Amino acid sequence: MSSILMPVLEMAAPTLEWRALAPVLLVFAAACVGILLEAVLPRAYRFLGQMTLVFATALVSIGFLVINWRGQYGGRLAMGSIMLDGPTYFMWASLLVFGTLAFMVFSERQLNGGATTFAASAASVPGSLDEADATAARYEHTEVFPLGLFALGGMMVFLASSDLIVMFVALEVFSLPLYLLSGMARRRRLLSQEAALKYFLLGAFSSGFFLFGIAMLYVFSGSLDLAAIHTAIEGNAGSNGLVMIGLAFIAIGLLFKVGVVPFHSWTPDVYMGAPTPVTGFMAIATKLAAVGATMRVFYVALDGERWSWQPLFAVLAVLTMVVGIIGALTQSDIKRLLAYSSIAHAGFILVALVGATQTVAAGEGTSASAIMFYLAAYGFATIGAFALVTMVRNAAGEENNIDGWSGVAAKNPWVAGLMSLFMLSFAGIPLTGGFIGKWAVFTAAWRGGYGWLVIVAVLASLVAVYFYLRLIVVMFGRKEAKGVYVGNASAWTWIPVVVGAVATVWMGLVPDQVMQLATFAGGFLR
Amino acid sequence: MMNPENYLILAALLFAIGSVGVLTRRNALVAFMCVELMLNACNLALVAGSHIHGALDGQVAAFFVMVVAAAEVVVGLAIIVMIYRTRRSTSVDDANLLKL
Repeated sequence: MSSILMPVLEMAAPTLEWRALAPVLLVFAAACVGILLEAVLPRAYRFLGQMTLVFATALVSIGFLVINWRGQYGGRLAMGSIMLDGPTYFMWASLLVFGTLAFMVFSERQLNGGATTFAASAASVPGSLDEADATAARYEHTEVFPLGLFALGGMMVFLASSDLIVMFVALEVFSLPLYLLSGMARRRRLLSQEAALKYFLLGAFSSGFFLFGIAMLYVFSGSLDLAAIHTAIEGNAGSNGLVMIGLAFIAIGLLFKVGVVPFHSWTPDVYMGAPTPVTGFMAIATKLAAVGATMRVFYVALDGERWSWQPLFAVLAVLTMVVGIIGALTQSDIKRLLAYSSIAHAGFILVALVGATQTVAAGEGTSASAIMFYLAAYGFATIGAFALVTMVRNAAGEENNIDGWSGVAAKNPWVAGLMSLFMLSFAGIPLTGGFIGKWAVFTAAWRGGYGWLVIVAVLASLVAVYFYLRLIVVMFGRKEAKGVYVGNASAWTWIPVVVGAVATVWMGLVPDQVMQLATFAGGFLR
Repeated sequence: MMNPENYLILAALLFAIGSVGVLTRRNALVAFMCVELMLNACNLALVAGSHIHGALDGQVAAFFVMVVAAAEVVVGLAIIVMIYRTRRSTSVDDANLLKL
């Protein structure tokens, strides 16, 4: 009896670096408090309470992050499960900024006659009496804010984790809230629910692959730690089947979240069905977190196998750019267009990732710093573009058909003008952040010895200009569509749009500051 | 004592059965059960790895995976029930409104 109760090993109480981890811990704490607020606050005060909580948390988190970054806190934290290095700092900062801007769009109620874009009661059957009652009683799901915070916190841990099990748990922590948020649209609820089902089934499927990859690397190396896996691979002469299977399966799980062909098929459906503010949040935050985690796994743990994965990723990059661009050429729905555009952008990001330049030479950044700058530029334009998508409306809700966007410029030149700015940034036209971002990722790939890939990518981005310009032509050149109007949005939508526009132009005209920050933050620690 | 590599082969087989099930079964619930089978195959591989290396990380990881799988069930069943109440069907073939 006593032998069963004997401790098998000494468990040391875990130590946490509270101050260095404060940005992410605060986000999780606020999410938990948000759930409590749902139970405690009367219905009338919940929205205000949740919003206060979310934006106060975001500000304090960003404050802690800036102070810590200046103070150079870093290294392996939380018993070696979180790595706080340059890329973590940069991407945490980007995530917090983009998350805050996206949550502002969540808060918009003026566009929709005093209601959010989320269903009055997501549990009610569409078209039922329940739904009508909930709408008449002006119920609203203020749970979207804690769900968003959980997703944000999960993403922050995901890209920072230096332990594969922590990474897997974080993957689920940020995915599960997103599955739910996708299914909560107020309008076109059948589409929204279907998007949630597809996203959930495919997401769970891909995380199964991710986990099997983890298990294989564990069986090979005997450790879940990224640095230990690196050491085990370096110490092993020749190639090993377990490593190859692990590498391939982990790549499937990560590239699914990035939206890389052939794991992209969920992207257009989910982007189209999910409520537009959620789509905006997913489009940048999920991509940023997944790209960050992909870089960490492949640069830190699987660096020794780079001759195996570089050619594979190069082929996937070409496929992703081609499928994304061909898909975008044929779309008639603006959210699907932006979804295919995001697939194409995943391809451009992969180009730099393949280059895998990790040495800093003559003031030029690493692949990681190029990708981080690219994501920042892409993120500001994405947040702004999806916020603008919520503004162009018809009697039933948002007008997502591109034909409906005809002549938007005559109705509201600001909306059309700013949308054009974001499209030009996506296309990579000079004087926008998108151009500098493309320049940076192509340079990184070129220096990494993938010149042919850069040439393909430049050709692809030339073709991509066509469908971005097509939307601009539709908005400025065509007759006004009937029954479509530009909604009178409140500051909650306009602030993200204006911030996005200013940042896009700023990063295009004077990219030095952000670029230096990204270059400074460009090295992963092992 | 059986060769621990046999457990890895079993895990791979279970994983393959699960993934083929997700791809071929039409009922969302059954597809979801197949995902759970995949996760449990991973658990088996983790525990086998733990035995091979004589370390405990793999076994602890398996507990984490179980908790995550339980959380996934909560969210997944909620979504599937929502779909069923709307359409009176859980067939993934019927969920075909989103295209092009």
